Amino acid sequence: MTAAARVWHRFTPQQRLMRYAFYLIAVAALVQSVRTVEIIPEFLEDAPAQIVDLFARMWPVDWSYYPKTVHAALIETLHIATLGTILALGLAFPVGLMAATNITRWPAVRLFAKFILVSSRSVNSLVWALLFVAIFGPGALAGTLAIAFRSIGFVGKLLAEALEEANRGPVEALVASGAPAPTVFLKAYWPQVQPSFWSIALFRWDINIRESAVLGLVGAGGIGMALDDALSLLYWDQVALTLLTIFSVVIAAEIVVTYIRSRIL
Amino acid sequence: MSAAATRRAPFPANWPARLAWAGLAAYTVYAASLFELTWTRFLVGIDNGARFFDRMFPPLMGKWDLLWRGMSESVEIALIATFLGVLIAMPVGLLAARNLMPAWVTWGARGLIAMCRSFHPMIVAILFVKAVGFGALAGIMALIVSSIGFIAKLFAEAIEEISLKQVEAVRATGASFANVLLMAVVPQVLARFIGFATYQLDSNLRNSTMVGIVGGGGIGATLFTAFQRFDYDFVLTILITIIALIMIGEVVSGWVRRTFQ
Repeated sequence: MTAAARVWHRFTPQQRLMRYAFYLIAVAALVQSVRTVEIIPEFLEDAPAQIVDLFARMWPVDWSYYPKTVHAALIETLHIATLGTILALGLAFPVGLMAATNITRWPAVRLFAKFILVSSRSVNSLVWALLFVAIFGPGALAGTLAIAFRSIGFVGKLLAEALEEANRGPVEALVASGAPAPTVFLKAYWPQVQPSFWSIALFRWDINIRESAVLGLVGAGGIGMALDDALSLLYWDQVALTLLTIFSVVIAAEIVVTYIRSRIL
Repeated sequence: MSAAATRRAPFPANWPARLAWAGLAAYTVYAASLFELTWTRFLVGIDNGARFFDRMFPPLMGKWDLLWRGMSESVEIALIATFLGVLIAMPVGLLAARNLMPAWVTWGARGLIAMCRSFHPMIVAILFVKAVGFGALAGIMALIVSSIGFIAKLFAEAIEEISLKQVEAVRATGASFANVLLMAVVPQVLARFIGFATYQLDSNLRNSTMVGIVGGGGIGATLFTAFQRFDYDFVLTILITIIALIMIGEVVSGWVRRTFQ
C-alpha cells in the first residue's frame, strides 16, 4: 500500500530537493559519459555488414569439433563447477557459522567473517581466476579455486541468514539436556537449516555452471579454453559449436536444478 | 504392545542420506584426483603464492594516467549501458507482462528475454567485439543485452503482481491505453523498478571492469595486460581501485533507493 500512500502525500521539500539533485547528477553523468566515451563511427556503420559476415562464417557449424575438443572441455567445465561448489560449501560453512548472530557472540569474530564474505563477493570470478592462474598455473585447478572463492561470499551470507532464522526451541531443549556444542549443532540447528542449505547449494551450482564456462578465457580451464582457441584462430564455425554447447548446458542445468528442487525440497 | 518394546531410536539412521553423503565424498575424491590436486602441487602453489604476494606489495603508485583512463571508460560504459538497457527493457518488460498483453505478444518478448539471459556478458562481449570492433562500444552493447535480460524479466514479474483494480478504474473513465499505463501501472511498479535499475547499475559496474579482457573497453584490458606482463604491483593497484569503485557504486545506489522509497 506504500504505492497508494505515495500518490496522496506530497513530498517534503527535502525529498523534492534530493530527487532534483538525483536527476541533475544522473543527466550530467550521462552527458559527460556520452561526450567522452570513445566510439568510432566508422565501426558502427560497418556493424550490420560485420554481423552478417559473423553468421556467414559461423554457418555451417563445425560438428566435428565436438568429439575432438569440446566434449572433454565440457566435462571439465562440469567438474570445475561441481567441485568448486562443493569446496565453496565446505569453506563457507565455518564462515557462515562465524557470521550468524545467534551462534557467534563475539562481535570481532562476526566482523572478521563479514569481511571475508564481502571481499569474496566484490572480486569478480575472472579476477579470482587470474589470481589462481598466477599461483597454480593455467588449468582446471585454478578455475575450481576461483569458483570456490567467488562462491564463499554468496553461500556464507545466505547460510548465516538461514541460521539466524532457526527456531530457538530445539536448541534450548538440547542445551538443557547437557548436550555438547557439536551435538546441539547437529541435532538442533542442522535439521532446521538443511533445506535452505541444499537450496543454496543448487542455486549456486546453477550460477557456477554459467561462470565456469567463461573462466577459460583467462586460462582457467573448461569449455572457455576451447572457445578461446577457436576465437584466436578465427574458426567461427567452431565458435558457433562451442556457443551452442554452452547454451544447451546452461539450459540443461536449469532444468536439472528445477527438477531436483521440486523433488527434494 | 508395551511402550518399551516399540520404543524407537530418537534419531534413526537415515540410510539414503548417508549413501548420498558417501557418494558426494567419493565424487569429490574422484574429481580432485582428475585435477591432480596433490599435496606436492599444493606446496609448490603456496610457494608460488608467497612470491606472487611478495611482488604485489607495495602497490604501484604511478601510471595514474593509464589507471584513470581505464577506470573512467569503465564507468562510462556502465552508465551508458544501464541507461540504454533500462530504456529498452521497459517496453520489452511491458510486452512480456501476461496480465496486460495478449499471449502471442508475451511469448515473443519472453523469448527475447531468455536469449539475453542465457549467455554470460563476457561471451556477448566477444560477439560484439567481432561486430563493432574493439573498444567501449562493444562493451556497452554487451552490457545493454545483459541489462535487458535482467530488468525486463523482473519488470514483467513486477507488472504481473500489480493490483488490477486501479487499472480497471482508470479504464472505466475511458482513458487511452497510454493513460492506463501512466496512471494505473507505473505508480504501482515505479519504486521496485528503481530498485532493479540501481541493482543493474551495480552489476554493470562490476562487469564493465571485466569486458576489457576480451576487448570490450575499460580497465579490464589494462588489468589483463598487467597480469600477462607480471606487473603484479600494478595489478594490486587496479584491483584496489576496482573494489573501491564497486563500494562507491553500492553507496550511491543505496542513496538513490532511499531517495525514491
